[in-house]
Amino acid sequence: MTNIILETRGLSKSFGAVTAAADINITINEEEIVGVIGSNGAGKTTFINMVTGYLTPSEGTILFRGKDITGLSPMQVTRTGICRSFQVAQLFPELTTLENMLVAHSMLSKKRLGWQRPLKSQVNIDAAMGALEGYGIDNYADAQVTTLPQGVRKLLDIAMAMVGSPALLLLDEPTSGVAIEEKFALMDTVMEAVNRSGAANFFVEHDMEIVSRYATRVIAFYDGRVIADGPTAEALANPEVKEFIVGTELHRQQSESGEHAEN
Amino acid sequence: MDTILVILIDGIVYSSWLFIVSAGLTLVYGVMKILNMAHGSLYAIGAYSAASMVGLYFSAGYVPWGSYAVFLGAAVVAGALAGLLIERGVLRLMYGRDEVIMILVTYGVLLILEDVIKLIWGVDAYFAYQPYSLVGRTKLLGITFANYDFLLIAAAVSIGLLLWAGLNRTRQGKLLRSVIHDREISVAMGINVKRTFLVTFIIGSSLGALAGGLTAPALSVVPGIGVEVIILAFAVVVIGGLGSVGGAAVGALMVGICRALAVHTFPQVELFVIYGVMAMVLMVRPEGLFVTTTARRI
Amino acid sequence: MHRADKTPRNLCLALVVLLAAGIIMPNWLTFLATVSIAKGMVVVGLIVLMRTGLVSFGQGLYYCLGGYTVGIAGNYLGITDVVGILFLSVVVAGIVGAILGLLLCRYREIFFAMLTMAFSMILYGVLVKSDNLGSTDGFNVAHVSLFGWVPSSDGVSIVIYSLACMIAFLTAFFIHRYFQSGMGFAGDSIRENEIRVEYLGISPRRVIFYKYVLAAVVAAVGGSITALVAGHVDPEMAYWTTSGEFVFVALLGGTGHVAAAFIGAFLFELIRTVAFDLSPYTWQMILGITLLMVILFLPKGLWSLITAQRTGRG
Repeated sequence: MTNIILETRGLSKSFGAVTAAADINITINEEEIVGVIGSNGAGKTTFINMVTGYLTPSEGTILFRGKDITGLSPMQVTRTGICRSFQVAQLFPELTTLENMLVAHSMLSKKRLGWQRPLKSQVNIDAAMGALEGYGIDNYADAQVTTLPQGVRKLLDIAMAMVGSPALLLLDEPTSGVAIEEKFALMDTVMEAVNRSGAANFFVEHDMEIVSRYATRVIAFYDGRVIADGPTAEALANPEVKEFIVGTELHRQQSESGEHAEN
Repeated sequence: MDTILVILIDGIVYSSWLFIVSAGLTLVYGVMKILNMAHGSLYAIGAYSAASMVGLYFSAGYVPWGSYAVFLGAAVVAGALAGLLIERGVLRLMYGRDEVIMILVTYGVLLILEDVIKLIWGVDAYFAYQPYSLVGRTKLLGITFANYDFLLIAAAVSIGLLLWAGLNRTRQGKLLRSVIHDREISVAMGINVKRTFLVTFIIGSSLGALAGGLTAPALSVVPGIGVEVIILAFAVVVIGGLGSVGGAAVGALMVGICRALAVHTFPQVELFVIYGVMAMVLMVRPEGLFVTTTARRI
Repeated sequence: MHRADKTPRNLCLALVVLLAAGIIMPNWLTFLATVSIAKGMVVVGLIVLMRTGLVSFGQGLYYCLGGYTVGIAGNYLGITDVVGILFLSVVVAGIVGAILGLLLCRYREIFFAMLTMAFSMILYGVLVKSDNLGSTDGFNVAHVSLFGWVPSSDGVSIVIYSLACMIAFLTAFFIHRYFQSGMGFAGDSIRENEIRVEYLGISPRRVIFYKYVLAAVVAAVGGSITALVAGHVDPEMAYWTTSGEFVFVALLGGTGHVAAAFIGAFLFELIRTVAFDLSPYTWQMILGITLLMVILFLPKGLWSLITAQRTGRG
């Protein structure tokens, strides 16, 4: 019997006349891997923003393991066990990769910031390096974030989110901005690390190949609503999904790989 | 009963003065996203210029009624000139930096101008009472008011209307509002933002100097008046919402009336009251009363 | 991978040198040094805030509170013991800082800067209108004692100087380690990406609150030392131009190291004494021009000249 980790009921968000999300009812189970598709503006990031507390829903409730977390701040949501990554990696630009990780550790896993104990103690450094190794970016440890390539930034972003060993991880377009030939390598690394931790994984993606390869379940958003929700093959075969999403995605991929061939 | 009238009129006079001082400050912020600390110095430059001009004018023996155009004109010209020099000489080198760094830049300009004022006008007090006493007094319900104060109210209303008309009814004004709303898109649409900055800053400086010029006849012009003014202007501008001229009017009214209340009942808490009002407004509306929404960042 | 931290050793050396020098320094230099240390204390607090991305234009509030606490304690409460006075100063600053900090921790950038300035000016206004506290003239501070021993008029300056050196040493030691701790890096993190900090489960407001109170306390200690060495306090300590001077020193020295606060303050006092004598009407202009130059050419302050590498590290 699978346990329900996250449940949203009637979740909606409007900005004046614009409805970003309407009546979203989603249930996520422990250790489930859910792929989320939909074109830009369909409501995927809005959904993540609401669940993680960055936006207050106009209507509806969010339950984490049965507890109502609607309206909690991102800080509180993080502490209950939901972490996320961002479309544009949210890092500390002037710090190094290692320092970013050290900070994440001191904040997430210790929750009590010391006033005199050095952050860069051997114990902390070992733990942070270990985490970086898990994502294959330990060789960038002393590089300042502003110098990092996009793929490494995304990995660091996700690695930091995972520090707290969350029960649920929301990944917002983990491979966006990353070159096509690197996307699979990145997803392999991420999926492996996340599955090792046993967290439920809810990831947003535009690449259908990635979605079909990694997700066991797919949710499709369109115009603020969920238009499909089921096992991968089934959801992707849904006629509405094909018409509104897959079709445009395929077109996008074709033009993307076309551009790439020219470069 | 009389006290209420005194408080009311006193408050509105003070509000008028506050509005004229603050309008330029908030306009410059709205367009350029710079909170100009040196606005206080521009006010002082206006006051000193006006005071000097009054002295020259009346000792030369010209027609007294002509003095208004002359000394106010002098203030505006001085302010515009100073604004031009500051924008071209300093600000232009610093554009694109963090908002707080820009405040520090304007702080540097303030320091420079304070000494420039001392070098030009010295440290003695200037008195320019003639235009103030020229218009006489009126008795209302047994209390005497100086007519100059009523002139101040008229000036504030005129300036407010002019600004409103300028921003909403002219083409230039609409371009300005576009830049206030979104600089990037304005540039993309071909608006000459650099020239808009220059024009705005000159207008803002002139307004600040005009405020000083209007005040010169009412009190003694001494070093440091600019510095005191900027604190008050800031409170007004924050209450109204940075960048909103209408907000500055509302803020000026609120501050003016509350301050008048304090001054006539409990004088020690004058500054307290002004900032108390600001703190209360900020607790309910953290960005001021009239402010545009900001876009989502993640 | 990481260089050994030489700062603790350097601080100890500096303390020894300063204490020894105190014996042979002429009085005017002792006075200058003590004032520099006092102002350096205020700047330390500013650096803590600036590393968090906040510029306070109102540290003069606590500087003044610290000074007046000394004055009032001596003249009205009969407390002349230095340790007692400093303790009182810390408590007063802590309480006021906590109250204001609760409000201020919600604001950033311009709002934070101008609100801090406003609160400092409010104190100024209150003091100016308080005739029994001397209004604009202020009042003189009573002679101090140390655990019952009252130093002679000649010895007082050396005692205060030595005390200031030790306080500065302890502060620098503590703050240096603070910059390298979790809380220290939390400040840098908030400055760089506040949203991310929230998503890492930490409340930026709470962190800023603690930093603000810390800055308030060190500023008050600085004000107390100033009152002790100058023998006089006045409302000018809370005037916004005083706060502006602290900001100037912080920018000039840079936020890279806690020592920059004290060295910057000393340089500033030295130059000010000389320049003011030469030309009192252009002193502020020189300050202003220097400020613009620093912003243009040395945005990380003079300390960045010392560390050729990435600055911002403690």
